[in-house]
Amino acid sequence: MSENIRQQMKEEAFQQKFNQVKPKPPLLKNIIWAFVVGGFICTIGQFVLDYFLSLGMGKKEAAGSATAVMVFLGSFFTGLGIYDELGKRAGAGSIVPITGFANSIVAPAMEFKREGYIFGVGAKMFVIAGPVLVYGMVTAFIVGLVYWLRQ
Amino acid sequence: MTAYIMAFIVGGLICVIGQLLMDLTPLTPAHVLVLFVVMGALLSGIGLYQPLVDLGGAGATIPLPGFGHALVVGTIEDVDKYGFWGIFSGALRASATGVMAAVVFGFAMSVLFNPKG
Amino acid sequence: MQKTKGKQSILFANPPVVTGTANIGGPMEGQGLLGDYFDHLMEDNLHDLSSWEKCESYMLEQVIKTAAQKSGGDMSDIDYVFAGDLLNQLMSTHFALRSLSRPFIGLYGACSTMALSMIMGAITVDGGFANKVVGAASSHHDAAERQYRFPTELGVQRPPMAQWTVTGAGAAVIAAAGFGPRITAATIGKIVDLGVKDPNSLGPAMAPAAVDTLWQHIQDTGRQPAYYDMIFTGDLGSVGKTLVIEMMKEKGIDISDNYEDCGCMIYKEEQDAHAGASGCASSAVVFCGYIYQMMTELKLNKILLIGTGSLHSPTSYQQKESIPCIAHAVAVEI
Repeated sequence: MSENIRQQMKEEAFQQKFNQVKPKPPLLKNIIWAFVVGGFICTIGQFVLDYFLSLGMGKKEAAGSATAVMVFLGSFFTGLGIYDELGKRAGAGSIVPITGFANSIVAPAMEFKREGYIFGVGAKMFVIAGPVLVYGMVTAFIVGLVYWLRQ
Repeated sequence: MTAYIMAFIVGGLICVIGQLLMDLTPLTPAHVLVLFVVMGALLSGIGLYQPLVDLGGAGATIPLPGFGHALVVGTIEDVDKYGFWGIFSGALRASATGVMAAVVFGFAMSVLFNPKG
Repeated sequence: MQKTKGKQSILFANPPVVTGTANIGGPMEGQGLLGDYFDHLMEDNLHDLSSWEKCESYMLEQVIKTAAQKSGGDMSDIDYVFAGDLLNQLMSTHFALRSLSRPFIGLYGACSTMALSMIMGAITVDGGFANKVVGAASSHHDAAERQYRFPTELGVQRPPMAQWTVTGAGAAVIAAAGFGPRITAATIGKIVDLGVKDPNSLGPAMAPAAVDTLWQHIQDTGRQPAYYDMIFTGDLGSVGKTLVIEMMKEKGIDISDNYEDCGCMIYKEEQDAHAGASGCASSAVVFCGYIYQMMTELKLNKILLIGTGSLHSPTSYQQKESIPCIAHAVAVEI
């Protein structure tokens, strides 16, 4: 027991020392990058959306098509090897938009192609996007259920 | 023009929240993505996300909370139309274009390109 | 004859000689601070092979062969090869050794593998079980990244504490006789774990292990840090290095004058490697290139290389385990 306590004390002392020398992320710079890049991607999205609306599409159809175009752009720039370079600087600015969701699908699919098309591309495609779909759908289900019960 | 400025500001601010979560908490990008989809769906459920979409347009629909919002909007529409079984059909129906595009383009790009490291 | 010394150390009776070394690096290593101290540099991280893993095997095979040649012989003189890498089941090492067809002992010490392989080689040679052995280690940035972290094309931001896994390999030939610096002493480390869980702060996690081994080395051998011209740790990075200096100071020993970390010696500031280099190849390329050359030119006479390894796996950190760390020290003198 005393051995446990001694180890715990050691860990706490070390953690304290570690926190003192821990480099802080350059918060202001990161926030500016995230804001500008995230804002820019959304502006492109707005532009695409307006274009589809101007073709006379319905609101929902236009939104869906705009999403598809953004997903295409995210996938394409991941394939070219540009999106991860952007992500290094932009952080959440390029992760949070739907283009980042596309990046999270293409990156592992491409990376694990060497393990074959079934266990590589097919299986690994959703290592990061899978949880997003799972928890998104489960939440939507719960919200839907509550909505139905209250009707 | 205002629409573009609003899209820029709303979208940028949502990303800034994500950045703060990544820099100030131990959450990884994968955690942040999941959290955002769930938050978008929940906010949408209590009627708070639609005003943001009205305000920011693509600035609110393109970031991932917008995806959660789309799932819930679809579910609620289908519940209105078909009752109980709408809970099961709405989410995927509403997000079909995005999910389909992600899978197809994702597959195509991974066939066409190799990782550069 | 008694060769053990103190609790965890060895003093070699007939100190084995490091008769030749070889190293290899990728393009980023070539553009770094030690770009002039490589035997081979690759144009890219794939070297026209079909996977990162194959490229890592190629590097390891290449350095083992080159080291054997540089020590004035060829592979047929080598009695044993001691080698390891970072990938699961030592994948790149096993495929590298497939075509070399020499007796082989696989080692896993994570990033401490280079020091560990030199110690095991020296023990085998000093014990009279072999005349000439090779100790070698390799790592590959992209292969390690996809195994331990994220796919390489994922657009994530690396935290300021993160280190960059070196793409490279190093090999040292250790022989019973010959010309070159000698391995005179070694201290085998114990596993030290002070509860760090973040796989992005491996350097700081390993710092206590390095301190533990260095302290034990001083206790066992009676050699003070000033005995050595330089003390090198493997891949602690800038944060881990600061921690080592602080923790040694607390024990009443100031090593800030003759201590450096290999992880801080490889990349330039503008190469965006954040806290420095890591990986088996960090200590391997620095020892088998820069340090060995400095020793043969008599610019460094006595060094202590402390290989540091974080022994976590992708499974262990997903299961929220902390990171067990180890450090092995090997003294090389001319």
